[in-house]
Amino acid sequence: MLRFSTWKFFAIVAMTLAAVLVVAPSMLSPAHYEALKARLPSWLTPPTIVLGLDLQGGSHVMLEVDQADLVSTQVKNLRDDVRRILREEKVAITGGIGATPRGVQLRVADAADRDKILPKLRQLRNSFSSNIGGQSPLEVETTPEGLIRITVTDAGIRDKSRKAVEQSIEVIRRRVDALGTREPSIQRQGDDRVLVQVPGLQDPQTLKEILGQTAKLEFRLVAEPGQNPSEVEELEQVDEQGKLPIEKQVMVQGEDLTDAQPGFDQQRSGEPVVNFRFNIRGAQKFGDVTSKNVGRLFAIVLDNKVISAPRILTPITGGSGQISGHFTVEQANNLSILLRAGALPAKLNIVEERTVGPGLGQDSIDAGKRAAYVGAGLVVIYMLITYGIFGVFANLALFVHIAFIFAGLVLLGSTLTLPGIAGIVLTIGMAVDSNVLIYERIREENHAGRSILASLDAGFNRAFATIVDSNVTMFVAAAILYFLGSGPVRGFAVSLALGILTTIVTAVTMTRMMIAVWYHYARPTKLPI
Amino acid sequence: MKLLRLAPENTKFPFMRFRRVSYPFSALLSLIAVALFVFKGMNFGIDFAGGTVIELRAKSGAAEVGTLRTLGESLKLGDIEVQAFGNPSDATLRFGLQPGGDKAQQEAVERVRGAVGAQYDLRRVEVVGPRVSNELVQSGTLGVVLSIIAVLTYLWFRFEWQFAIGAVIATMHDLLLTVGFFSITQLEFNTTSIAAILTIVGYSLNETVVVLDRIRENMRKYKKMATAQMIDMSINAVLPRTIMTATTVMLALFALVAFGGQVIRSFSLAMIWGIFVATYSSIFICSPMLIYLGLRNEDVDRKVEPETEVEVETDYQPEPAALASMYDDIGDAPVPAAPAPKRTAQKPASRSKSGARRRPK
Repeated sequence: MLRFSTWKFFAIVAMTLAAVLVVAPSMLSPAHYEALKARLPSWLTPPTIVLGLDLQGGSHVMLEVDQADLVSTQVKNLRDDVRRILREEKVAITGGIGATPRGVQLRVADAADRDKILPKLRQLRNSFSSNIGGQSPLEVETTPEGLIRITVTDAGIRDKSRKAVEQSIEVIRRRVDALGTREPSIQRQGDDRVLVQVPGLQDPQTLKEILGQTAKLEFRLVAEPGQNPSEVEELEQVDEQGKLPIEKQVMVQGEDLTDAQPGFDQQRSGEPVVNFRFNIRGAQKFGDVTSKNVGRLFAIVLDNKVISAPRILTPITGGSGQISGHFTVEQANNLSILLRAGALPAKLNIVEERTVGPGLGQDSIDAGKRAAYVGAGLVVIYMLITYGIFGVFANLALFVHIAFIFAGLVLLGSTLTLPGIAGIVLTIGMAVDSNVLIYERIREENHAGRSILASLDAGFNRAFATIVDSNVTMFVAAAILYFLGSGPVRGFAVSLALGILTTIVTAVTMTRMMIAVWYHYARPTKLPI
Repeated sequence: MKLLRLAPENTKFPFMRFRRVSYPFSALLSLIAVALFVFKGMNFGIDFAGGTVIELRAKSGAAEVGTLRTLGESLKLGDIEVQAFGNPSDATLRFGLQPGGDKAQQEAVERVRGAVGAQYDLRRVEVVGPRVSNELVQSGTLGVVLSIIAVLTYLWFRFEWQFAIGAVIATMHDLLLTVGFFSITQLEFNTTSIAAILTIVGYSLNETVVVLDRIRENMRKYKKMATAQMIDMSINAVLPRTIMTATTVMLALFALVAFGGQVIRSFSLAMIWGIFVATYSSIFICSPMLIYLGLRNEDVDRKVEPETEVEVETDYQPEPAALASMYDDIGDAPVPAAPAPKRTAQKPASRSKSGARRRPK
């Protein structure tokens, strides 16, 4: 009992000091923290506790690829490809290209042509999707009645969905960054989801708006009377009533855009507009089409809605232009963000949203602090009146225990959430359990007639196995919570697990050390508990 | 200084005699809990039921709960639950999933924002769509089941199988009564409640382990004592610690209930109930189970003792000389009521040296 090796003593003191040092920056007010950071060299930025979205306010938005939309886009692309092959091979079909739930079907007019195009159709799978682990993304079947059916398989959809998520993450990142928020986190979740977390956002509404839009921009010609109806579709207009007949053929796509900036219409009304510039390919295509179609209307189509349909007065060959659509300044600004960031490859739906305003977050921090102070205060007083000087030791250990938990949170970079604070308050209660186990055992041994030293020794030794067993069970529960929980509950699991780990160091080793030192100097004749 | 003692010293409560009362009593409570779960149901939060919660704060004056209640009808949101709490300017709205998939949920929030945005700040908005809530139900259930299995596996390795079975039954009992508690109080049941349940499972096992540990220790020491008597003795020995720990945890939890704010109140209330039930079950459910399972003192000796010795010694390794002098004045058993029988007679020859040295005769 008395023999407490010197290195152990210094190791504990050093660990405690290190913990306090790690935690200290997080306890400073923001102004003091900035002052501290300014004094330290740039490579030494003291880390602070990361607050969860529920404490600092912010938005957590889970987006999911719209499967129905994804399928219909893929089927549409498939149909375009099939049409192209038929045209290239000059194969006639009877009755047009029919639709199936997941693909297309067609009947070749001349049976001899069938063998000519079948290999071509089969080749489509290579261009449709590359290398998805041996499973074919497309299935080409022929029926005895001479029908050819091409279907997008589940594997194909899954692959497209995964790719859509990957591309979306990039696009979303650019959009969110353009909002000027700090430290957004954008992660994929499973095959078809993206989780966007933006802390400290004052206006979550804008975030949702820019996340929800596909921003697929197209420049197309407005159809003229007498055009083939299969090449024309009716699209809604954003500002005006009624629909406009628009050619299905796309002149230039939004991906050929290199820049988009909000501005004001200099020549006429002075209303907000979006100025854009094409890349070389886009400029060339746009120049071609506009020189061939002077006098016609062309439509600027965003997410299948006509924003504006100006007349082509002169060929536009410079590669830049202007979108006007009776925007407000904010609309023009958001549209240019969307255009710059690019289009989402598929429609994304919001399947989960959790937004906490900054005011509520501050209230939660205050409430958590109050609960922690009161809880810790009650436990400290209770230990004092129950165990006297040994209570002082337990309380000192408790203080170090809390410092260790916070240091652990800082070093792991784990976020502190409101349930996390609850977890810490709970471990304050639980942490003294180990001390209680030891002290009660000491009392018991002493009552059984052992000397003070022997009681102390037996108390620590015998209680240790129990402490390990009982803490392992708690730790297992916390670990499983961590792996299955999400967000705030994870924070709870982390603080609980940290609390359990540090208990063993503080409640067992530290109190033992303090009691050894105390025994050495006090030389008690009677056990004080 | 006179120190506070909550638990009386040297108690000799015949806990095991209560098993004829505690078992029917707990069985009845468990049945009631199941019945409540089936017939009354739980107040599932949006995490599990899907839907929307919006927390509002009036920009000036108090929140008009009456007006807010009419929103359900005027905005066609279906049943809307309006709750006022704490601060009179605050209120929460909760309504279920809107027909029409994920997009319809967002539109509903927009309608509410449009209707009340002028008078209220939207301090918190949570929307959980139908698929996400299903997944949360699955992962929540999986979490509870997995953690019970994992912990029991640990107990099975560390203790005799009778102990593990006793711990399972006590844990199940606590779980059922906690579910019943959520049902009868209609506290909102959400992912944080799953955290509460898992913590209660952890605490319950913690309590159980402390009692079982002492039982195991005493079984080795008092081989001839009747099992019931030996269990009573063990429980009485750890009783001061049980009361002390339950009280400290309760103190921390009461602080959470009183000051922790609305969001974690249901968590804290459930925990308080759970601590209470877990303490009860470790004494009155788990321990008597050992008798029913026919645990005999000699069952314990073979498996466990070497492990324990290793466990103890890894922590603390005094030099042999110090150890010898230190143990010179150690008495034999910590409980004087029952003098230990001569150990050398029963001691198998194979016992490890360190084991023999620990308690020299």
